[in-house]
Amino acid sequence: MAHVVLTDLVKTYGTFKAVNNVSLRVEDGEFVALVGPSGCGKTTTLNLVAGLVPLTSGDITIGDRIVNDIDPKDRDIAMVFQNYALYPQKSVYKNLAFPLQMRKLPRDEIDLKVKEAARVLDMTHLLERKPRELSGGQQQRVALGRALVRDPAVFLMDEPLSNLDAKLRVQMRSEIKRFHQDLKATIIYVTHDQLEAVTMADKMAVMNGGFLQQYDSPATVFANPVNMFVASFIGSPAMSLVPLEVSTNNGDTALSGTEGWSMALSPLNARKVQNSTSKKVVLGARHSTIKLHKHVIAGGIPAKVYTVEPTGDVTFVQALLSGATVNISVPPTVSVAPDETVWLEFDQQRIHLFDGETEMALSAA
Amino acid sequence: MGSQIFSAILVIIVGVGGCVAYFWGANKLLDLAFPSRGVAGRAAIDNLRRQGIVRPWLFVGPALLILTVYLIYPVVDTLRLSFMDRAGQNFVGLANYQWAVGDREFRTSILNNFLWLAVVPAACTFLGLIIAVLTDKIWWGNIAKSLVFMPLAISFVGASVIWKFIYEYRAEGQTQIGILNAFIQYLGGTPQVWISIPFWNNFFLMVILIWIQTGFAMVILSSALRGIPEETIEAAVIDGANPFQIFWRIMVPQIWGTIAVVWTTITILVLKVFDIVLTMTNGQWNSQVLANLMFDWMFRGGGDFGRGAAIAVVIMLAVVPIMIWNIRQATRESGEGH
Repeated sequence: MAHVVLTDLVKTYGTFKAVNNVSLRVEDGEFVALVGPSGCGKTTTLNLVAGLVPLTSGDITIGDRIVNDIDPKDRDIAMVFQNYALYPQKSVYKNLAFPLQMRKLPRDEIDLKVKEAARVLDMTHLLERKPRELSGGQQQRVALGRALVRDPAVFLMDEPLSNLDAKLRVQMRSEIKRFHQDLKATIIYVTHDQLEAVTMADKMAVMNGGFLQQYDSPATVFANPVNMFVASFIGSPAMSLVPLEVSTNNGDTALSGTEGWSMALSPLNARKVQNSTSKKVVLGARHSTIKLHKHVIAGGIPAKVYTVEPTGDVTFVQALLSGATVNISVPPTVSVAPDETVWLEFDQQRIHLFDGETEMALSAA
Repeated sequence: MGSQIFSAILVIIVGVGGCVAYFWGANKLLDLAFPSRGVAGRAAIDNLRRQGIVRPWLFVGPALLILTVYLIYPVVDTLRLSFMDRAGQNFVGLANYQWAVGDREFRTSILNNFLWLAVVPAACTFLGLIIAVLTDKIWWGNIAKSLVFMPLAISFVGASVIWKFIYEYRAEGQTQIGILNAFIQYLGGTPQVWISIPFWNNFFLMVILIWIQTGFAMVILSSALRGIPEETIEAAVIDGANPFQIFWRIMVPQIWGTIAVVWTTITILVLKVFDIVLTMTNGQWNSQVLANLMFDWMFRGGGDFGRGAAIAVVIMLAVVPIMIWNIRQATRESGEGH
């Protein structure tokens, strides 16, 4: 196992910058998820680490070597692909043996390693089958096995679960997590599904437009998103973002919506808003931090219910506020109807404030 | 000339129009015979079902009829003729086959056919595969492929005429107009009458078919190569395979089915090879093949329908098993596609 350091990685295709000055450090044994919407550069970043696409500039360090100009096979990495990329004409055994044969290991050692990997992944009974005779989950396990037999310094995984159905995905998610815990493996994992990243990774690197937006533990990214993109990308349902104007209320800094209401701020939040460079501030709040009242309360902000979505455990209410949609979760016992007016109470401790122009989180400092 | 073009166009219009009219009319008649609209529910369902049973036969019928008249009947009649005498009137049992086994030219033909079988399908498939791989990733690949593919558009006779000029011989000292002899003379060698050198002339004739058919193999294999998932190749790169190993151990196994289809398709073609031999040597200098021998006996000097038919039957018996295997393989190929 080894650590991986990416320093100012750049990959351009013509004039298009697919990866833009990405720097991050993956510690030995750490599980890092690269997450972002399609086209954000996460897969390109992974392919750069694998050596499948040439680097434009920057440095990739695996262990203590700079591997920029080293062939993929000599980088001591193994990769698991989205479509498994099993060799269709070879049996599971031969699929697992192939990387070892390419390294010219003696036959009995190959046999030992293949059987050990099959045992670890509980697929000894599948060794003689061809990939097409396996289910999606089994194929994925073979792909993991083929990476495992190599005993690489780093595992690279490119959306390995996205071809599986929802139920199997949840199951394989915990299998991969277990795989990581047992092997203490260094894993770089690409996904567009923020839930996979949040549930599995030690750290997540949120990417957008080729730029690394935030790189931290899932809990930190969730609690303190650095900008509006990260805030809206992480968490489901997404954080509600309401554009507001900075105003004053009896000399205190406040925020007001297009409907004419104004929201008083805690001293800390007021200081943040005063630091804003523009008069526009975006209020961010997660569904669980907003309280919904059916009657007027002090400090409550009136909003009109747009839709109501009961899910069993919890009911999601969408309300219209200042031209944006706000998501609120309420217990299923609360009954609200569309077009009803409700009063929303925001938790000053847990709201997020963003600069309306730079889209960056406002800080109190 | 003008009237020929006119009548050709007329034939096309009448032919295509006739087909359209038949299918449209037959379908219309079926609707009239078993109406599904304007009748009560139960009857409409029954009529729809009857239509469903009859319609395929109406549409396939003409093709079946033509196949019977032009394919099945000739096969049966050839079989019958192969047991008859030279005029096709008296039953002679296996005499024609006995003659064939003892005939020197027949045995030469069989031998030559085997030679063609061993060389041409292998050469075409191998060259086609190599060209398909080499032209896959370069910008002028499509131009190169078009050039390799072009001979496929030339008839066998036309191609043979072209190659006749390549092999053309003029007596020593004269200006050689055949490019091969011209080249050899330029290098200081002695010009040869290439197509009259027994045994080796077979290979000079095979080159023509290889020249024609490599394009076919290349096109089919090229599209098969495109169908290989890129990820399996990336996986092999990471697994440590070199380009040679990737080609032989990852790519070729994935298109093995297509290679087999290409190989057998050309094999069948080779068993029927006729035009090239007829045009180039007409079977002289030990270059005879079965199809040309059959033609000789049936329609040329021979005029012996019995012997001609017997040779035809031998060719058919050789082709059929490969044909069946080929069709099976091709169906499996397309069945495995997504």
